[in-house]
Amino acid sequence: MAEIQIKNVAKTFGTYQALQDINLTIQDQEFMVLLGASGCGKTTLLRIIAGLETATTGEVWIGGRRVDHLAPKDRGIAMVFQNYAVFPHLTVFENIGFGLRMQKLPNDQVKERVERTATLMHIEQLLQRYSGELSGGQRQRVAVARALAMEPDVILMDEPLSNLDALLRLEMRAELKGVLADSKTTTIYVTHDQVEAMSLADRISVMHQGRIIQAASPIEVYRNPAAEFVAGFIGNPPMNFLKAVAVEDGQWKVAGQVIDGPHTDATRLHYAVRPEDLRPADKGLDAIVRIVEPLGAHLLVTCEVDGTMFRAVLDSDLAVKSKDSLTLAPQPDRVRWFDPQSTLAVS
Amino acid sequence: MTDAATIDAGADTRRTGRYLYVASVVLLCAWVIVPIYFLLINTLSSPETVNSFPKPFLPEFDLASLTFFANFAGMLTALKNSIIVAALTMIMSIAVGAPAGYALSRFDFRGKELFRLLILLTRAFPLPLLALPLAVMFIRTGLDDTAFGLALVHTTLAIPFAVLITYSLFSGIPLELEEAAWTLGCTRFTAFTKVVLPLILPGITASAIFAFVISWNEVFAAAVLTIENRTLTAFLLQNLDTSPLHLKFAGGFILVVPALIFIFAVRKYLFAMWGIANR
Repeated sequence: MAEIQIKNVAKTFGTYQALQDINLTIQDQEFMVLLGASGCGKTTLLRIIAGLETATTGEVWIGGRRVDHLAPKDRGIAMVFQNYAVFPHLTVFENIGFGLRMQKLPNDQVKERVERTATLMHIEQLLQRYSGELSGGQRQRVAVARALAMEPDVILMDEPLSNLDALLRLEMRAELKGVLADSKTTTIYVTHDQVEAMSLADRISVMHQGRIIQAASPIEVYRNPAAEFVAGFIGNPPMNFLKAVAVEDGQWKVAGQVIDGPHTDATRLHYAVRPEDLRPADKGLDAIVRIVEPLGAHLLVTCEVDGTMFRAVLDSDLAVKSKDSLTLAPQPDRVRWFDPQSTLAVS
Repeated sequence: MTDAATIDAGADTRRTGRYLYVASVVLLCAWVIVPIYFLLINTLSSPETVNSFPKPFLPEFDLASLTFFANFAGMLTALKNSIIVAALTMIMSIAVGAPAGYALSRFDFRGKELFRLLILLTRAFPLPLLALPLAVMFIRTGLDDTAFGLALVHTTLAIPFAVLITYSLFSGIPLELEEAAWTLGCTRFTAFTKVVLPLILPGITASAIFAFVISWNEVFAAAVLTIENRTLTAFLLQNLDTSPLHLKFAGGFILVVPALIFIFAVRKYLFAMWGIANR
């Protein structure tokens, strides 16, 4: 049982505010992904939870115990590092058993646990090798096995797949998901890769400039972004935005069309729609096609709507070419609205 | 046709390069080995041969000069002193230098750059300049003519190297390895002993050897600061001045051999120091 609570955590490096006002509760056995561009503070937050960094203010609780004053070894955590951090002077066996030896477990128990986790990570045939004799993917497996062998309450992962090549990353991603779900540990996983985040997470915390913008399930983050930043960050290609001007209550003028929208006092909003929610239709947004990129399964069409760049993911059978005129209709229930002042979603 | 010519020219350049390379290697080896070889020949020759010309290229295995030295009063004591002083220097310079190197590599503190510069600056003062005031100070504190006192001076000479070598060694070990150890149940100290130390031991050994050799070869401070407890260098300097040539050769040989044996024994760690085989 390890619920993690982060209360009012802030971190400053000199005058630089790396984290501010972080409040987050991670349920027992939940897989939480911290997602954000580099420099958004996600690794700093992870390191504060691990105890490798001290928060300037705020509290960290793990399993109902306040831990922010404790050393990393007393927090019941295990961590997987971006560069694996496999000890080069020890064999794979001793690497995986390192934490167990520190706990002074008897030899037979160490052996049993090392072999079990090694089998889990499919590296049981490498136990006598040194890290210099392993490939990147194998080192990654050792690092994960070493963390799992500790049987910690919480596993912290700092971009564990970012140094692997694309194919291996896909394979490891699926494997990690299975192994971590079976281990029933609470997991916090830092990544800048939104596909990784979507595929692994129970919940995603999208971070930007030292703050958590939205913490929700992957599909919620994708469908109902809480702020323009999230809408523009999640999804590939990201959401399209158009300017909307109030005509009368609940009526908004978007790209020359008057359409139904939210009832608010604001006079200007941003109209947002995902590229994959657009279809060619008789009535809708008038677009001029600029670039057509066939992607096999789909056609990525970059057009101009109301003087703004606008992308649509369309059926690959569609015959369009540059400079064509196209009318694109969004699925009405997929349209989102944002307040340009606060950048927050308006409903 | 032109293609073939180009290839030939390329092969020619490569061959010339190879000759140049081999020649350089031979020259460098000769530079080091020839004097030592002559030292060996002359040491193992009878006094008459040493003073004659031309020199033979094979030693005669006449052990008279060496036997003379072995039986020379004070010679073995001087050898023992040298070893004691060098060993003390080795221990002290690592005991002081390695933590300093660790601090330089792992912590940020005010004046870090200045500190690094100052470490190097300790080598800027010529030893003769320091030796006399030191001698006066040592006599006042009673450190004069002791192995420990001399080792202190030699440690000062060796520390800059110890600090800079260990600094680069520690910097070569990713902080993540230590952090991983902390999350796996280590304190700062146990992470150091279980992870960092095994990784830098070869390099530490190399810098210890370096300190040993610095102390072994140092003669000025040794000559000024000791009288009864002379080290081998100071002892030979004092006694060889007035000795015949064959004894000078024997003395030189005695001085060179232990250092050679020592370095040969630990040569693989020297490579580690130069970064050829750090892993």
